[in-house]
Amino acid sequence: MSIAWYLTLSALIFGMGAGGVLVRRNPIVILFCLELMLNAANLALIGFSRMWGNGDGQIFALIVVVVAACEVTVGLGLIVAMHRRRLPVDVDEMRELSG
Amino acid sequence: MSATTAAWLVLAAPLAGTIVTGALFRRLPGRSAGWLGTGAVAVSFVFALIALAKLQQATPSHRELTSTLWTIAGSVGVDARATILVDPLSVLMICVVSGVSMLIHLYSVSYLQGDRGYSRFFAYLNFFVFSMLLLVLAGNFVLLIVGWAFVGAASYMLISFWYRRTTATSAGIKAFVINVLGDIGLVLGTFFIFRHTHTFDMLASFRAAPHVFAHGSGDVTAGCLLLLVGAFAKSAQIPLHTWLPDAMEGPTPVSALIHAATMVTAGVYLIARMHPLFQLAPAAGDVGAIIGCLTLLIAGTIGLAATDLKRVIAYSTMSQIGYMIMGVSVGAYTAGLFHLMTHAFFKALLFMAAGSLISAMGGTQSLDRMSGFRRALPFTFGCFIIGGLALSGVPPLSGYFSKDSILLFVAGRGGWHWALWGAGYLGAFLTALYTFRMIFRAFLGDPCPEAAELIEHGHLFHPQAPTNPANGEIEDTDVGFPGPDHVVAERAWPMRAAMGTLALLAIVGGIVAIPKSTSWLDHFLAPTFADSTLVGHASNTVLVIGLILGAVVSLGGIATAYYVWVLRPGLATSIRARFAAPATLFENKWYFDELIDTLVVRPGAWFGRFAQNSFERVFVNGALIGGSTGLVRAGSALVRASQSGLLRVYAGLMLLGVAGVALYFLLQS
Repeated sequence: MSIAWYLTLSALIFGMGAGGVLVRRNPIVILFCLELMLNAANLALIGFSRMWGNGDGQIFALIVVVVAACEVTVGLGLIVAMHRRRLPVDVDEMRELSG
Repeated sequence: MSATTAAWLVLAAPLAGTIVTGALFRRLPGRSAGWLGTGAVAVSFVFALIALAKLQQATPSHRELTSTLWTIAGSVGVDARATILVDPLSVLMICVVSGVSMLIHLYSVSYLQGDRGYSRFFAYLNFFVFSMLLLVLAGNFVLLIVGWAFVGAASYMLISFWYRRTTATSAGIKAFVINVLGDIGLVLGTFFIFRHTHTFDMLASFRAAPHVFAHGSGDVTAGCLLLLVGAFAKSAQIPLHTWLPDAMEGPTPVSALIHAATMVTAGVYLIARMHPLFQLAPAAGDVGAIIGCLTLLIAGTIGLAATDLKRVIAYSTMSQIGYMIMGVSVGAYTAGLFHLMTHAFFKALLFMAAGSLISAMGGTQSLDRMSGFRRALPFTFGCFIIGGLALSGVPPLSGYFSKDSILLFVAGRGGWHWALWGAGYLGAFLTALYTFRMIFRAFLGDPCPEAAELIEHGHLFHPQAPTNPANGEIEDTDVGFPGPDHVVAERAWPMRAAMGTLALLAIVGGIVAIPKSTSWLDHFLAPTFADSTLVGHASNTVLVIGLILGAVVSLGGIATAYYVWVLRPGLATSIRARFAAPATLFENKWYFDELIDTLVVRPGAWFGRFAQNSFERVFVNGALIGGSTGLVRAGSALVRASQSGLLRVYAGLMLLGVAGVALYFLLQS
């Protein structure tokens, strides 16, 4: 199976993730979409790893998974805190940092 | 010890006194600061005498010594060095300055007693003496300017010594501003000389001057006229004299110091010191002589109308300095310096006696309130009489010989100088008249309450509340005001010692240069003024006429004063009513204050307001500052608009950016 298939799938997933980040307003969904983008990148990394026949890409993918886990922890923690303070859980409402 | 080492030590002693008294002013108990200051100046005086003795031992051609301590700046043709010049002229000056200053310090030990600023006063006083000694010893134009400016600064500090009196601080500011005007004249004049002689060293300048300047050329005349501006401001000559009467706001010993030993004589010294230049610029000398002559007449007429005791003496100083300036401007250097010396003695004496009288009056200085102190203050009365006789030029006191030797030289120059000669004797008559008007009004007649208290109860008058004699405001006796024990009169021995010594000097001081009999001063100063080309050829007839006229005029002035103010008490009032116009002119000091106010102060203030309203507000604040801040503000508003706070917009922009970069690299490869 050629590398092109892997990369096409990865690009599709990445596009879905990026589109989701741009159009959705719920922070939980945005986090999911971020996960999609990260894992699309993982897929590409593993595909390349297979193509070259060494394990570097897989190691990278594992590190990305760890980073993603940390990111989700922090992100979900923030969302829970917002919910507890009864703030609207909507990224468009959170714009106090406008200039 | 060589003469130059002694001269350096003359400078070092009062400087050390200033530093020690200034640094330890909180820790010096009682009158120790006063004794410390007096001791420092006494050491200075001793070294001045040593320098004099060493100079006398040298042969007359080797009496011009210089000594350089270090180079202040020495590159690109500038040779500013810390050089002192020790020659008969500067040694005469340091002897007079340190000697008279020492007596004034001694007087102040008692006079300032009880003042909260006692140590500060002596630190300033020592600094003043140091500055003046630096001025007269300087052998380099740069050092001269430094000393010149220091004297102005020291006078400012001392005139506004009682700094919580508004009248005193404004008088100090006035003195300082006018003195700075003189400093500018001196600096610019020095520049004119330096441009041609290419050296700041005085002796080298004087040697080069005849070769680089044509006789009476424009540059040397301009330089000398600018030096004269400096001399006029320091020596209170018309029209830069208005600070001197106001300087009476300072404590009385300060007045004595400014008028007798330091400060006002600096202008006379400057002209005498720069005589090789002035001889190349006869026009500048003529200007000096005419201004000096005008000053001596105008100051005399104002002194006749003034009612403040210290101001009468102040105007007499102006008038006497007028004689000196006139003398040194026409070339009577020895006579001018002779008068400087005798004037230092009798003027310091008069001010000390005035201080004693004022403290007996509890601070009041108005002649209208004083009378009958003859029995109350016999010692002060004696000092006043001796000082007054010497000032009026009654033979054989010191002022008689010195004034007449100036006028003799003036007559010897011939031509239009005879007018100056006549004006000089008219001024002498005025001097005798206003001096004895002051003395008769203060000491003769029925005792005023203050004098009566002193005669009957034997204790000094103490005012209910301390007041400012200038405007009658009630004051307290805290720091910045005269202290509570300001009432000492002639009781304290240091004051009596200082006054007694000066009285003796005022009587016998003339002995150093009696015309045709003693000529010690002429011989002593001869090496300095050997190159003088201005000589007065006065015949013996003129000399005898002058001496007789001087005696007649001074005694006539005293007799007139006695007739007007003692024998016919109402006569002064009727004369004043008869000649109302000149009397008003004299009482208002010839309107010089108003004239300067109209010509200089008001236009200056108007221009300042105009500049503030137009230039400052419109151009600086509006265009420069407003323009730049507006630019920054507009730029930041533009950038701020992109900070929407919308997370999704940021994410989209980031994606677009990354996609753009990726596309760029794809197309490149």
